[in-house]
Amino acid sequence: MLSHDILIVGGGGAGLRAAIAVAETHPALNVAVVSKVYPMRSHTVSAEGGAAAVISPDDSLDDHAYDTISGGDWLPDQDAVEAFVKEAPRELLQMEHWGCPWSRQPDGSVAVRPFGGMKIERTWYASDKTGFHMLHTLFQTSLKYDPIQRYDEWFVTKLLVDDGRCQGVVAIDLATGRVQGIGAKAVIVCTGGCGKVFPFTTNANIKNGDGMALAYRAGVPLKDMEFVQYHPTGLPFTGILITEATRSEGGHLLNKDGYRYLQDYDLGTPEPRPVLRSMELGPRDRLSQAFVKEQEKGRTLQGPYGDYVNLDIRHLGEKIINSKLPFVRELCLKYENIDPVKELIPVRPVVHYMMGGIHTDIMGATPLAGLFAAGEAACVSINGANRLGSNSLTELLVFGARVGKAAAEYAARQKGNGTAVAAQAAEEVERIERQYRSGGGKGERMAEIRRGMHTAMESGAGIYRSHAALQKSAQEISNLQNRIQGIRLDDSSRTFNTELVAAIELSYMLDVAEAILASASQRTESRGSHQRTDYPDRDDDDFLAHSLAVRQPGAAPAIEYQPVTITRWPPGERVYGR
Amino acid sequence: MAVESLAGNVSETPATGQTVTLEVFRYRPEEETEPVYQAYEVPVHKDWVVLDALNHIKDHLDGTLSYRWSCRMGVCGSCGMMVNGDARLTCATFVESLLPGPIRVEPLENFPVVRDLVIEMTDFMEKLESVKPWIIRDEEKPLEDGEYLQTPAQLADFEQFSMCINCLLCYAACPVYGLEPGFTGPAVIALAQRYNLDSRDQGAGERNAVLDTDEGIWQCTLVGECSEVCPKDVDPAAAIQRYKVSSTLQWYRNLLMPWSSK
Repeated sequence: MLSHDILIVGGGGAGLRAAIAVAETHPALNVAVVSKVYPMRSHTVSAEGGAAAVISPDDSLDDHAYDTISGGDWLPDQDAVEAFVKEAPRELLQMEHWGCPWSRQPDGSVAVRPFGGMKIERTWYASDKTGFHMLHTLFQTSLKYDPIQRYDEWFVTKLLVDDGRCQGVVAIDLATGRVQGIGAKAVIVCTGGCGKVFPFTTNANIKNGDGMALAYRAGVPLKDMEFVQYHPTGLPFTGILITEATRSEGGHLLNKDGYRYLQDYDLGTPEPRPVLRSMELGPRDRLSQAFVKEQEKGRTLQGPYGDYVNLDIRHLGEKIINSKLPFVRELCLKYENIDPVKELIPVRPVVHYMMGGIHTDIMGATPLAGLFAAGEAACVSINGANRLGSNSLTELLVFGARVGKAAAEYAARQKGNGTAVAAQAAEEVERIERQYRSGGGKGERMAEIRRGMHTAMESGAGIYRSHAALQKSAQEISNLQNRIQGIRLDDSSRTFNTELVAAIELSYMLDVAEAILASASQRTESRGSHQRTDYPDRDDDDFLAHSLAVRQPGAAPAIEYQPVTITRWPPGERVYGR
Repeated sequence: MAVESLAGNVSETPATGQTVTLEVFRYRPEEETEPVYQAYEVPVHKDWVVLDALNHIKDHLDGTLSYRWSCRMGVCGSCGMMVNGDARLTCATFVESLLPGPIRVEPLENFPVVRDLVIEMTDFMEKLESVKPWIIRDEEKPLEDGEYLQTPAQLADFEQFSMCINCLLCYAACPVYGLEPGFTGPAVIALAQRYNLDSRDQGAGERNAVLDTDEGIWQCTLVGECSEVCPKDVDPAAAIQRYKVSSTLQWYRNLLMPWSSK
């Protein structure tokens, strides 16, 4: 069996930051990144707007913390948020030293822009391709560290757990189809979110909740899974994200009458210039909810791909659009045949981000010894019931670095793998081998199961939810979990078999879907992105708590609760625009 | 419920009633000794890109077809293929623009084929690493001392070359790489220049050892195909040309003023 001190599953921003942290703090440890795509393909690449950290003299760590906590509807753990805002500036500065092409002020210092839900400008940005530049900077920088090895295009099918410790993974080398156990003293899961559980999402095809499902199957709870972020401005049909930076630069959201409808939803009064924490710069959950209300009033527009509203950035002018939002213009021109310099951009809410994820502590450790997680795959939680725009890129740096150090310290104290691990790996290798041999069979096509999952998730776990719809969807997911056992696979080839990988990914998504629905069903209150039509109010007496979904094989997950850590900001009203 | 109208599945886009034939390059090393072309009849949907048509085949007609894709927004760099002989991102190539067809889809040229539309890219990954694409400094400034100042003009000096998404279209289009697989190639030279021209970097000398060689820049015959096909306007040809000029100037400088060399 192959073996490393530390295995990182996922080569996006969090995984690469963790790998560098291991290499820098414990250079004697042998660390490997296992990724199902070449690292620079990871979904961090798609992030556009920016990364938040306090840098302006008139900003403060407390302001960043308050914005994050109120933005998260008091569900974030405040000790985690305090650590996050404190370490954020240093991490972004570190990226600057590694070559990230941050946009600059005329004097050469780093520039910041405002973002939704933010009291003061604190978003560092690299034009409107911040995630792209961060990912390539991290990947290219990671190449200079000799201890970092890579398994590019290896797909993980199982976590190896023995003696109460996670001790490695089993993975498929896609190029050859070889299935291989890889032992480790510590495993860090950085596989990102699971937007592909839903039909309409900004997320890339690779975002299937792999790591969440792997951890869930290994008995680790998934935390706060009911909190799914709908970004208010995605292009209809493709779901391509139009960054919040369009609004922070001064873009307006207009209904079918050309009216800035957000003023009707307690988000402030319209001003010609952007006002922080107001109107279009309100938080994402409130803006997406306003869309649905506007739709119910019949004031949205109808297009071939459903209802939409218009985003107007024409008044910013070509110069600002080209210098600050060039990618937005490129995406609109290439994918919608619209020039935002002259035309309105059609947008509608789109599934964007999972606030929930693998239950970790403030260092990224899960309850399972030897298993760690960071980035969107994890739930620390700093995002609570609604993540603020530009906190996720910073999160993957801060907690990527933290988890790398924590896993390294843990691994340095561990001995090698026990013998049972190799036997367990062999068993998993045999299970996957059987799946290869099952290729060419009869049965339902995978696409049918996927479509069923999409329908169930959209009708049950959309922007507004209800008991009846959640129950119906949970039943449907349970049926699909049975149906997937009999699906037809055409492909029995070993070389780059993407069909087998997609089938396993679909099984991961069904597990994650089950956790989302059960957690949403149990939370009989409305908070942040989780809005129940049958329980419209926030209920701090019963639900100022994180949900923990624990897998029960063959049955719905058990939902437990853990109190939120409050340090200095007692629960209050979320106030925007007044 | 209102949310139910939020459907947006790619397969649920309005069909035009037309169909188009995709002639797809197939090669499965375990089953075929030689590549074959397989024809698939695919419905034409307004707004579909070639990648959507491939996904339709994969989902409904033939699960064995293999290709790479991920973001479907032109930034991850995974889905480059030859479409009717041109190196394209299939997520940014509309089916409608290629009607009435047939549309021929093949793996990127100049690379060995792993399977179907999946090319072998380890050569590229090794070349990318060979030019040390990271900030190299004689002395690191401590983080406590803040950022390296870099004016917008200094940023503009290298920014274009930092836009490369590693999609490899330029290698597929480069006639030199086709003949001389040892050639460092457009994207990697542009990346080296991205760091050489970054005001924070002092590593040009180290990268020179790889670039100022026959296999580095000097094999380039400035055909310019790389810049033609680049979906991100990186203009690798300009990066190479600029490097040739600076390298030549340095050569003369060393010749005429050996005491000033560095």
